[in-house]
Amino acid sequence: MAVAAQAQSIEEQRKWEGSLDQLRGLVSERAMTGETMLLNMGPHHPSTHGVLRLLLELDGEEIVTCLPDIGFLHTGIEKSLEDKSYEKALPLTDRMDYLSPMSNNMAYSCAVEKLLDLDVPERGQIIRVICLELARCASHLVWLGTHAIDMGAMSVLLYAFRERERVLGMFEMLSGQRMMSSYIRPGGVWRDVPVEFLPTIKQFLHDFPAKVDDYEALLTQNPIWKDRAQGVGVVEPDVALAHGMTGPALRGSGVNWDLRKAQPYSGYETYDFNVPLGEHGDVYDRYLIRIQEFRESMKILNQAVARLETVKGPYRSENRKYVPPLRSELGQSMEAVIHHFKLWTYGYDAPDDEIYSAIESPRGEIGCYIHGTGANKPRRVHFKTPSFIHISALPVMSSGYLLADMVAIIGSVDIVLGDCDR
Amino acid sequence: MGVSSKLGNLGVVTTTVEQAVNWARTGAMWPLLFGLACCAIEYMSSQASSYDLSRFGMELNRATPRQADLLIVSGRLTRKMAPVVRQLYDQMAEPKWVISMGDCASCGGVYNNYAIVQGVDEIIPVDVYIAGCPPRPEQLLHGILTLHEKVKSERVTDWA
Repeated sequence: MAVAAQAQSIEEQRKWEGSLDQLRGLVSERAMTGETMLLNMGPHHPSTHGVLRLLLELDGEEIVTCLPDIGFLHTGIEKSLEDKSYEKALPLTDRMDYLSPMSNNMAYSCAVEKLLDLDVPERGQIIRVICLELARCASHLVWLGTHAIDMGAMSVLLYAFRERERVLGMFEMLSGQRMMSSYIRPGGVWRDVPVEFLPTIKQFLHDFPAKVDDYEALLTQNPIWKDRAQGVGVVEPDVALAHGMTGPALRGSGVNWDLRKAQPYSGYETYDFNVPLGEHGDVYDRYLIRIQEFRESMKILNQAVARLETVKGPYRSENRKYVPPLRSELGQSMEAVIHHFKLWTYGYDAPDDEIYSAIESPRGEIGCYIHGTGANKPRRVHFKTPSFIHISALPVMSSGYLLADMVAIIGSVDIVLGDCDR
Repeated sequence: MGVSSKLGNLGVVTTTVEQAVNWARTGAMWPLLFGLACCAIEYMSSQASSYDLSRFGMELNRATPRQADLLIVSGRLTRKMAPVVRQLYDQMAEPKWVISMGDCASCGGVYNNYAIVQGVDEIIPVDVYIAGCPPRPEQLLHGILTLHEKVKSERVTDWA
């Protein structure tokens, strides 16, 4: 099919016009007679947060149903992973959910570690927690800015990105890259934190709570914001669970499900933090939850930074069959050279087994399924991503609301199309 | 040159139509509000507080291609999205320019597979390529300034 599509010239593709009959069963019968209107939204639309296309059926201003059309960012990452050794596949996972690459690294690394039965030293786990919570802040900051701009509050984006630059600066300090860091790797993290990292993150932790107060001052009690957000896009808890929603979108409906508490990983069970819950399941509650998550992340980060100062030791596994030796060892040890050469040319064999491992990303549960072959490449890698599931729930969230509420609903579930299509 | 050097400083600036028009074009280039993937987030960073694209007359993104001069293709271009991008480019009014932001848009980047168009120049003409995965905002600024240099060197005879 892909070949046939390629053979068509672009002009031919553009001239294609579908018939209404193709939509029979997907939209209501009223659309067939022209009683309701079909409206296309996207894939180029400022409020769809990427390249999502929605076919909306409208009765006046009211949404009867919406048909999401995805795949405009389908990158073939899962297929590409099948052709790479486990370590070399990591940089591709960065580029799925591009708002929080650290979470993707973590989901993949956790899955590989589970497959290999590889342990991560305590210092490595602490650095991972710091990275994940910083990634949560950075991701929520983009969500906050774009969600606000969708709803007409233009200035919040400028405040949110001001703080995001500081988080990205810390990622660059750790990994050398602002966004696609590939820092969390199977067995631990790429390298230890540099000396300048601790003072920088302490300064950030000192400044950031006041900034969150600023965001709240702009939005939380803002009557326009409340009018746009309260009572819009309501999802009942049972509906949310039936659709498989996770993360802040599920917790907004009052369901207490956070993988950091329910299935702790990387030592999350040892940190003291709360899981904020909503009551009404509307756009406003999902907003409040993410704002609360900033504060909870600060709590975790404060504890993790304190531990990082006391816990010394290796930051990645010492198992040289799976984790490369330090650069400094290469000049002194023949074994180190052999391990290094083997790991970067062949990789390592993983058992012929299938595993699933999930973590709580800023958007919800991101799970990684790996089916090993016994050799150095996987048979199948699959990611269960929150954006895909939340897009599938868009019809039930949006029907009955106004067209203008659609952008608020899309913003409130915080979808990333790279995460959905991958 | 010309009258100003003969008559001294009269508070008059002389120039050519060519230079004046090119100067105006570089001073207020309106980009299309358009993003594909990861690079779009760095594009947003460039527009936000720290890097502030409005210093280059570019704070105003137009959501419709009819009002845009500059298409910044930010991110990987899939085969499903390619006809859409071509249509957006066709809908933009002349004069128009294209920046290919990032490795994926420039050459396919890390994805050499069935899904990704191996460079946006397969479907639309590109003026400036920016390397990086994703490029830093400074790199995008450099790309935009490079485009400004290109626009400033355009000739009247090319406009038609």
